Order: sequence, then structure tokens, then C-alpha cells
Amino acid sequence: MPEDTINLIRENVIQGRITKDDEGMDEGMVGQPGVTELVEQALAEGLSIQDVITEGLSGGMDIVGQKFEAGEYFIPDMLASAEAVGAAMEMLQPRLAKSGIKTKGTVLVATVKDDLHDIGKNIVSILLRGAGYVVKDLGNNIDTQVIVDAVREEKPQFLGLSALLTSTMARMGEIIQALEENGLRHQVKVIIGGAPVSE
Amino acid sequence: MARQGILVDRPYERLTGEQVQLIHQSSMDILRDPGLISFNKEAVEVLDGHGAVIESVAGDHRSWKVSLPEQVVVEALKSAPRTVKLGARNPDNTVVMHGDEPKVYLITGSETNIWLDVDFPTYVHKSDPAREIKVPEFKPRRGTVEDLCQSARVCEHLEMVDGFIRNVNIQDRDITEQNKDVNKYFASLNNNTKHFMSGLTSLDQLDNVVRMAELIAGGEKALEDNPIISFITCLVKSPLQLVQDTTDTFIAVCRRGLPVAVSSSPQAGTTAPIKEAGIMAQINAEVLAGITLGQLVKPGTPVLYGSVPVRARMDTLNDSYGAIETSQYNIDCVQMARFYGIPNYSTSGVCDSKIPGQQSSVERLFSDIVVAMAGPQYLHCAFGLLDCNSVFCLLQAVLDDAHFRMIEFLLRQPRIDQAEMEVVLKQIRTVAATPQKLYINYIRPVLRSGELSGIYPFEGSGEADQVFELAHERMQELLAMPVEHIDRETTARIFEEVPGILPRLNVYEREN
Repeated sequence: MPEDTINLIRENVIQGRITKDDEGMDEGMVGQPGVTELVEQALAEGLSIQDVITEGLSGGMDIVGQKFEAGEYFIPDMLASAEAVGAAMEMLQPRLAKSGIKTKGTVLVATVKDDLHDIGKNIVSILLRGAGYVVKDLGNNIDTQVIVDAVREEKPQFLGLSALLTSTMARMGEIIQALEENGLRHQVKVIIGGAPVSE
Repeated sequence: MARQGILVDRPYERLTGEQVQLIHQSSMDILRDPGLISFNKEAVEVLDGHGAVIESVAGDHRSWKVSLPEQVVVEALKSAPRTVKLGARNPDNTVVMHGDEPKVYLITGSETNIWLDVDFPTYVHKSDPAREIKVPEFKPRRGTVEDLCQSARVCEHLEMVDGFIRNVNIQDRDITEQNKDVNKYFASLNNNTKHFMSGLTSLDQLDNVVRMAELIAGGEKALEDNPIISFITCLVKSPLQLVQDTTDTFIAVCRRGLPVAVSSSPQAGTTAPIKEAGIMAQINAEVLAGITLGQLVKPGTPVLYGSVPVRARMDTLNDSYGAIETSQYNIDCVQMARFYGIPNYSTSGVCDSKIPGQQSSVERLFSDIVVAMAGPQYLHCAFGLLDCNSVFCLLQAVLDDAHFRMIEFLLRQPRIDQAEMEVVLKQIRTVAATPQKLYINYIRPVLRSGELSGIYPFEGSGEADQVFELAHERMQELLAMPVEHIDRETTARIFEEVPGILPRLNVYEREN
């Protein structure tokens, strides 16, 4: 039943299962299809990509968010679900343009020059992919000019900058300044993150 | 089934083997010379019949000098059980202690005169009336039998509490010396299904208290098999004096074969030497004297090596349970009890602080952690007690329970073996090959398995410190939870056969 497949996708997003080998939250799920297998099944059944995304993937993440808010889920649970959605979105990516479905946008992320700490950036990337964004990760210890060039070429809606150290957090300001100087600041929203800029 | 306790696989010990031997031998020397002064004639007669050297003090026939030869003590110790079972109304709450096994059971605390109520009035900022803050206010008052019932109820539901020592001195107008014991035993037993220990106010009430326990346990033999009550007696007054009344009680309890803690509480600086060597040699001698007497009265009496050493405060000469040395003495005593193979009644968590707060938390945790690490079997850890055992506060008891959950976790054994190592090596190799290099996916299988410690249970939101407010909410939840009272028929028999219990404690009569 097509509806069953959508429901199963949603349920497996909640369980945080990418493939049939994943355990999930409940007992006895190993061996049953995970989100990626179910998305393949949905496509084979001719279900609309729109329904797969909105009812299955996003629907599941909405419930995950509610569970997190209620204290029932922790960050690792939410990440597992987001990874499952991210994997499904990667599978669906080639079909999105054809079907006219737009993503929520592109986010370019990077850890700034002289800073190798990328845990936060990586976690945020997983969550953004799970929420339906296309994430382009430049990596860590990235030169300001490389970031400016990437903004010019990729034209992302958002730029996510990360720094863990108090000695490197000022780089984020320098990058914003460089975007201004290159006439790019108006076309991208900048999000900064990392322990020294968090309250 | 019995309560699990906390096994301390590698207990913290301060004394070397040579120091343990030195304390032991010095205690033996003390018991021989100067020996004890006994104000209890029956004790003198018992000891006299087993080889002690007795000499009347000043010929008044009211006190005697008792010199205990080492051999008398050594022989008596042989009959002291190495395993002591403390029964409970609910058999799942039974506590079984082995003198050679450092497994800790957490027990509530001593009898306090003052009950501390908590309220949370709202204060408004003078220059900004929109800003309000709730500040805890503590109001002391004399404890009542209803307070003891409430305390017993809450302690029933505090998961870390393994046994209940009555912690409120009941001072209602209708409580007298004669009916105090039966009321405190009934109030506690009727509201708590864990093991119950108490001292006796009046030896006259021992029969009534034991009869009550027999009715609850199901008869004399049933009480012997499942001793739901035990006693604590401070028969030795430091330094080295057998007092008349509590020694009478101790002898009577031993004759009944019920478990009893032989407790001594010398204060370093006043009733014991200020030096660690001195208080240790003395308290050990005092406890061994009590155990010896108990075994001579009735060989095989289940006894606990009860140690409540404390250092004097230099500004008041009161007890200073917050003093670091107090914890050191207690840790030493745990080791001495283990040397003899007798289960140890030890003390922690008593603090100098008068109200819950930062001082009480620091003082309590300082001793709770280190004394628990020593591995005493019966840890009187003073749930809710403040101001050196004179104040009880339910809010503090709820906080203590949360803190002991953390200590329990701290004392868990390392989970490192070949199978575990193979699993994690595989994880390390897998993650090392990924671009994100995160182990987060491996958290989930252990997230809800109990393998990870939790966050502080009374953490507030944002920057606000809401510990007291949240603990108070938890306290109210616990107070609202039902407890399994003694059944109607047994309650009726108790009220029929045991005189002096206040009618208002009969929950079935209240229902009518």
C-alpha cells in the first residue's frame, strides 16, 4: 500500500534508521527496511516525490523535533534521524529538478582559517540536510578568500561560519568584511557559530 | 530478592596493614589498662563470669573498673556473625551484609529535634518591580509524629535509600516517655516497607515494640527469620564508660537475638585524643568492648561495628561533622571493621550547615563520596540531616537521594574487557575512515541502557539556579505517592495488643 510506505518512511525517520542494518529506537527492527530502502520502494511504487519528502521525511522530522522539545529525544537521536533524511535527500536529489521541487536552500559551511575544530559544523550540517537544505561543506582551516570565492560561485542563500577558539573567532568578522568589500554581503545571510560566540 | 547495595570493588583504605595491627593491639592494651568504667551491674556480672578483672570503684557498688584481657575479646569476636541480615516488611527491601564484602547500603539518619519547613516566597526587585525571584525560606519547628510519617513515606520512595532510621524526634503534646517508642516504631513501619532501625527511649517498651514487629512479620519465628527492626545502642560513653541505661537496653536486645548496632561516638579533642592514632585506638576499643559484651550475653547476636567518630569544632567544642578529619576517622573505622570481618555501621553526610545550600552540599558530598568509597556495609548517610544531626529537612533528603545516585554511578566498576575492547576498536577504525570523524552514531545503543550518567536532575533552564524549586516539586510528588500500609487486620491487632499508639495513626480508622 502506497500510504503504508509513506508511513513507514516517517516511522523510520523517527527511529533514525538509514538502512535495514540499523537498530533504531525499538527492539527487533534490524533486518526491516530503513529510510533509504523505503524511499527506493516508494519510487518503484510511483509515489510522488513531494509526498515522500513532505509526508514521509519532513513529517518524521517534525515529530522528532517535538520529541526533542519534550525531552524524550536527545541530540544523538535527532542526528540519527537527520542523517536518515539526509541520505534520502541525496538519493532524491537528481529527481528534484525534474519534478520542479525546490529545496529549502543551499547552505555553505566552513570552519575558518587556523581553526581545525569542526565537530559543531559537522553536526549542524547533518541537521540542516535532515531539515531539507543542500549543504556544501568547505571543510576546516579555510582561507577567507576561498570562502569569498565559494560564495561568489555557489550563490548560497546562507553561509555558516564556525570557530572554536577565541583567537580565531575574529576571522568570522573579517570574512563578513571581505564579503562586503567584494559586493557579496547582500546576497547571502551569514550565520556564525562556535563556543566563543554562544551564550 | 534483596536490595542490591553498591559494591565497591576496590575500597579506599587509608591505613597500612601495620597501622591496622597497631590500632588493634593498642585497643587491646586500652581494654586491659585502663580498661572500662561500668555503671551497669549486669554487664559487670556478665564480663566477670568470662574472665574480666573487676574492681569496685571507691567501693560504692555503683561503678566498677573492668579490665578486659585480650583473650576474652578475641574469643568473643569469634562468635560475632560475619553476615548480618536486616529484614523488611517488603522482602525485596531486605539488606544482607557480609563483613568481608565492601558493599554499601544507604540508610537515613539520626533522631533530630527540629523539622525544617520550606517555603518559596516571591521577592520583587525594588527598582524594577517587573523582576521577581523566588527565594527559599526555611522555618524550623519541633518535629511531630506526622512529620515522621511524612519522612518515612518520602524515604520509601527515595530509590537510593536502603533502610530507614527514624529521623524525627516526635514531640507532640500527647507523646510521653512511655508511648514514644511504640509511636515512632508504628509511624515508621506503617509508612515505610524498608528495614527500620531505631534506639529505644524506654527499655520498658522493648516488649511492646518487639510484639508489634512480630505481628507485622507474622510471629516470633518469622521475626527471627525476617528481622524487620533492629536497634542502635550507644552503650559506651566516651571515654571508655559503660553507661547504665543503654547497656541495659543493649543486653535486653541481645537476649532477643535481634540485630543491634554497637555504636560509639567519641569526639576528638574532648572525649577522645585529638590525634588520629588516639581516637582510633579508643573508638576501636569501645566498639570491641560492646561487641564482646553482646557476644557474651548471647553468642551469635547479629551486631554491627558502629562507628560515629567526630572531631570537635575549635570555636564551640561542639561536634564538627563537616571537619575533614571526621571523614578520615570514619574511613579508618570501616577498615578496622573489615579487619574483624564484622559488618560496619559508618557515618557520612552529616554537616555543620544549618540549612540546605552550598555549605551543606560541599560538606555532605565531601564525606558521602569518600566514606562510601571505603565500602562500609551500613552507611548512615544522614539523608536530610543538617546542623550536626539536630535538624531534618525533607528537601535536603530529596537532594541527597539525587547526589547518592551520582555517587552510585561514580563507584561503578570499569567496563573494560577483551570483548568490549574489540567492539570499540572496530568503532575507532570505522570512524577514522569517515570524513566527519564522529562517534555519535554509537551513542544511541547505550543512551537508554543505564550505561550513561544523567544530567543533574534539578538543573534549571537558562542561567537561573532552580535546584531548590525543582527539588521541592519532586518532594511534593513523592509526598503524594501512596505507600503500602500495614494491612487492616494486622493494624487492628497491633492497636489491640500494643498499648499507647495514638489513634490518629490508624489509617483505617481515619478512613471511617
